[in-house]
Amino acid sequence: MRSNRLPLYIGLTFVGSLFVMMLIGVFYTPYDPNAMDATNRLALPSATHLFGTDNFGRDIFSRVMEGTKTAFFIGTTAVSIGLFFGFLFGAFAGYFGGWIDEILMRFIDAMLAFPGILLAIMLVAVFEPGIKNTVIALGVMSVPAFARIIRSTFIQYKSYDFVKASIAKGGSALHIMLKHILPNALSPIFVAASLSFSGSVLAESGLSYLGLGVQPPDPSWGRMLKEAQPYIATAPWYVVIVGVVITVLVLGFNLLSDGMRDIHDKRV
Amino acid sequence: MRFYLYKLSMFGLTLFIVSLMIFFVFQLLPGNPAQIILGLDADEQQIHYLEQELGLDKSAIVRYIDWMAGIFQGDLGESLRYQVPVSDVLAERIPVTTSIAIFSMVLTVIVGIPLGILIARMNGKRIAVFLSMFTQLGISIPSFWFGFMLILLFSVTLNWVTSFEYVAWSEDFFGALQAHLLPSLAIAISNIAVVIRYLRNTILDQNKMDYVRTATCKGLSERAVLYGHVLRNACIPIITIIGLITADTLGGSIIIENVFALPGLGSLLIQSITSRDFPLVQSMVLYIAAIVLVIHFVVDLLYKFIDPRIRQGR
Amino acid sequence: MKKSNFKAFLLLCAVSLALIACSNANSTPTDEQEVNAKENKAGGTVRIAMSTEVDHLDPYQSAATDTMSMMDNVYDGLLDTDESGELVPAIAESYDISENGRVYTFKLKENVMFHDGSELTAEDVKYSYEKLAGLSGDEPISSQFEVIEKVETPSDFEVVITLKETNSAFLAANIRPILPADYDNHSEKPIGAGPFKFAEYKVGQELRLVKYEDYYDEEKVPKLDEVQFKIMPDPESAILAMRSGEIDVIPGISAQGKEQLGDTIETIAAPQNMVQLMALNNQVEPLNDLRVRKAINLVIDKDMIIDMVAEGDGVKLGSNFSPSMELYYQAGLEDTYQPHLDEAKKLLKEAGYKDGFNLELTVPSDYQFHVDTAQVITEQLGQVGIQVDIKRIEFSTWLEKVYNQAQYESTIIGFTGKLDPYEILRRYVSDYNNNFVQFENEEYDALIKEALAATDEKALAHIYKQAQTILTEKAASVFIMDPYRTVAMKKGLQGWKMYPIQKFNLEDLYYTE
Repeated sequence: MRSNRLPLYIGLTFVGSLFVMMLIGVFYTPYDPNAMDATNRLALPSATHLFGTDNFGRDIFSRVMEGTKTAFFIGTTAVSIGLFFGFLFGAFAGYFGGWIDEILMRFIDAMLAFPGILLAIMLVAVFEPGIKNTVIALGVMSVPAFARIIRSTFIQYKSYDFVKASIAKGGSALHIMLKHILPNALSPIFVAASLSFSGSVLAESGLSYLGLGVQPPDPSWGRMLKEAQPYIATAPWYVVIVGVVITVLVLGFNLLSDGMRDIHDKRV
Repeated sequence: MRFYLYKLSMFGLTLFIVSLMIFFVFQLLPGNPAQIILGLDADEQQIHYLEQELGLDKSAIVRYIDWMAGIFQGDLGESLRYQVPVSDVLAERIPVTTSIAIFSMVLTVIVGIPLGILIARMNGKRIAVFLSMFTQLGISIPSFWFGFMLILLFSVTLNWVTSFEYVAWSEDFFGALQAHLLPSLAIAISNIAVVIRYLRNTILDQNKMDYVRTATCKGLSERAVLYGHVLRNACIPIITIIGLITADTLGGSIIIENVFALPGLGSLLIQSITSRDFPLVQSMVLYIAAIVLVIHFVVDLLYKFIDPRIRQGR
Repeated sequence: MKKSNFKAFLLLCAVSLALIACSNANSTPTDEQEVNAKENKAGGTVRIAMSTEVDHLDPYQSAATDTMSMMDNVYDGLLDTDESGELVPAIAESYDISENGRVYTFKLKENVMFHDGSELTAEDVKYSYEKLAGLSGDEPISSQFEVIEKVETPSDFEVVITLKETNSAFLAANIRPILPADYDNHSEKPIGAGPFKFAEYKVGQELRLVKYEDYYDEEKVPKLDEVQFKIMPDPESAILAMRSGEIDVIPGISAQGKEQLGDTIETIAAPQNMVQLMALNNQVEPLNDLRVRKAINLVIDKDMIIDMVAEGDGVKLGSNFSPSMELYYQAGLEDTYQPHLDEAKKLLKEAGYKDGFNLELTVPSDYQFHVDTAQVITEQLGQVGIQVDIKRIEFSTWLEKVYNQAQYESTIIGFTGKLDPYEILRRYVSDYNNNFVQFENEEYDALIKEALAATDEKALAHIYKQAQTILTEKAASVFIMDPYRTVAMKKGLQGWKMYPIQKFNLEDLYYTE
């Protein structure tokens, strides 16, 4: 059924177009995203300002373009951090089992028992808000999910004959984990990574809404939403446009992971 | 019996780790609660006076032990900001958050489950792909932004809802319904989408099983197979996902309560972190963590109840 | 006997009020007024949205401005302030200060009753002041009162206060509440002598006050029956509540909020004796160079900030002083530094920063107003190559890191108004604890010291004006504006006045419709 590929294509289109927007943004934005214009505040979308202007008269379109960099940066970095530590926890717990598994998993449980956003709020409050600490907080937040998925794949593969065989041959644990199990676990990891990417973008906007996320002058969609909130009655397009952009990116990644899962399922 | 004891001790251990995590993470936070309460214009004298009164001159270890000892005696300590027992403050806030969470869970279940079944039955049709993408949209919308949109639509544009003052169910049923609907919807939207997707996948997986084929061969209608066999077997995954969602609902309400200015735990939590009201924050986080763990525990029990074959945790 | 006169007077008040009310109601009828037709004339309830919680009901333990403003209606002091910041007698009938400025003699009014029915006498004043000054064995509660040497009561209605040394700032301290002697349960049931009685406090939700019929100042017996302060931390929800008629007054509303409410309400706006400033840490490089500080002052366009951030509702400042305190205000300083980029670049070049430098601007994230200001300033300073790095931190962290430890380069904050210039200007005295700007100037220190010892009002004003000039000339910081306080009120509610401190004169409020 060809139509099953549709989510994948739409996801690719959404993510791809925002990615292209980011690349263009490196070299060119219609206006200086930080240039203020006292005479042209909260202007309606028009040919000169595609998305209108904000409360300081800044061009919203240019700021959205700038924001793509932050969004991709946060997504990629948070996923990398989450993946790295999630792999450590999950692989060791799953491979060795026993008391190592027990202790690591209680730790993961404790982290899961905190609603993710609460964990991020605490981390950011301790280490001061800013793009670096936001990314760390979001990365830490996604550790439990990765750890659980990786642990279960490892438990599953450990019982397979080819793994048992190489254990019997006396292969080192690390060697077996990386050479034999990991390649087989890649597919679910990709799916999880894609989901975690979109989750991080969502969580960042939530943190920025609470005033704890990315700080100016680093542009962020979440902070734009916060700045737009007081003008919800007088300039509703501001809040609508920025929200739609966030949704498009998150939706793009979710559809992408959906599509990848479908393909993976078919292969299995 | 051993199973329950084991689960219970793990529950205790996890809570203990949580309590240690919160307490010591908060010791790292800069900011003097006494000065925050008194503000910019406070006299040094006043700050000093208040610090003593609040017991802030004791060491962190002593305060942690005091706190723990208090908990076992049912005493959560006193809020620095409000200077009343923590339990009094929580007693006021917990019903709000709980009520919103339950209402939102009810919305999730009554909308999500029928839609999930419907979409599963439409599998293979072209429209199913679009519906599935539509559910993805539900997961992708930032919930607080969705809250903005609800305000924009119902309050600013239509002028149907003019205020978001919290009304309890016991006070005025319709008032409460109005107060609960929008915030609960904002929290529920992504959960509904998750339930739909999960239910659909589970039903489709079950449909591939042999027993379904046998039942269909025996001449049972698709309907009878679905409601008679498939759904019963789909129960466990659904309970799991609902258990997981509850944690998200509690977390989601932290932001949503701020958007709708509801006097619940979420808004209190943010304010208490800001004012460095440690006793209050600690107890709240511990409470939330305990709820989440209890739900996981209950989910485990339900597993055993529904399907005794499952041996969880040895 | 006095009582009956008083009642007759009240009746007269009510009748005349009713007449005013009728005539007004006829001129501007709207739907809303029909609903409230019963709340006519004297009487009625006012619901006020407050953004912060009550910190402590006991007035000697509370320090939060909002709490003090609310409870100020329950407690009265010996003196009070009028709209221009002049001190006027309250519980005191008159006062006299000795030639050397060390002995203050207060004559008390003889008809003052606490809310529990007991009479207010000199003993209560002695009790209150000794507690504040730490003369009754405990530690002093207020450093403003530490200067008191002894409090004597020659008669029931006379108090003589002797200071350790002359202190011109002491007079303004006498607005502090007088408490009934030996009553210690204010945190549960506050008892004062003010125009309103404490009725109920629901933690974090509501503070309810009711009219005190036997208030000593007959002209100021409240017209309202009841006042409810509703705690609403979120400004957006306060605005929504106002729109739906659940709130009658928002005592401080943002320019955006005002726009949202449009003409459904009445607003009063006036400067609030606040100083919003971009504080520059005078001890860190390159801000320790006067030329650099001057250059920054020459780049920042305050009028633009006022337009962009406050929608024009603000008064431009030139020093750490607002024109609200007319008597002591040095006019003209606000024009010392006009935006002049070339001049600024020249100064930077002289100081060795031809291409500008990087500057960290720490902003308390809880205050959107300051965050917005920071964004405009960032843009402006970029014009001369000063790269501003905005760092938003929680106010709690700000208090510790910036205010207490001065670990910052620059920051934006607003200082709320005080009644005495000393309290405002001593922030820049080099050995003042929270001199977080780290301004050091011997001449300035000497002036402030001199001011404390001054006994003549004219001389005092002159000294304070000189002090303000020094702050401007040494470019101690960038003094931006005194943003207006905008009070939003339901139509038909009258009598709100603005003071140079945050004060709610609830006893004057009345409904015309």
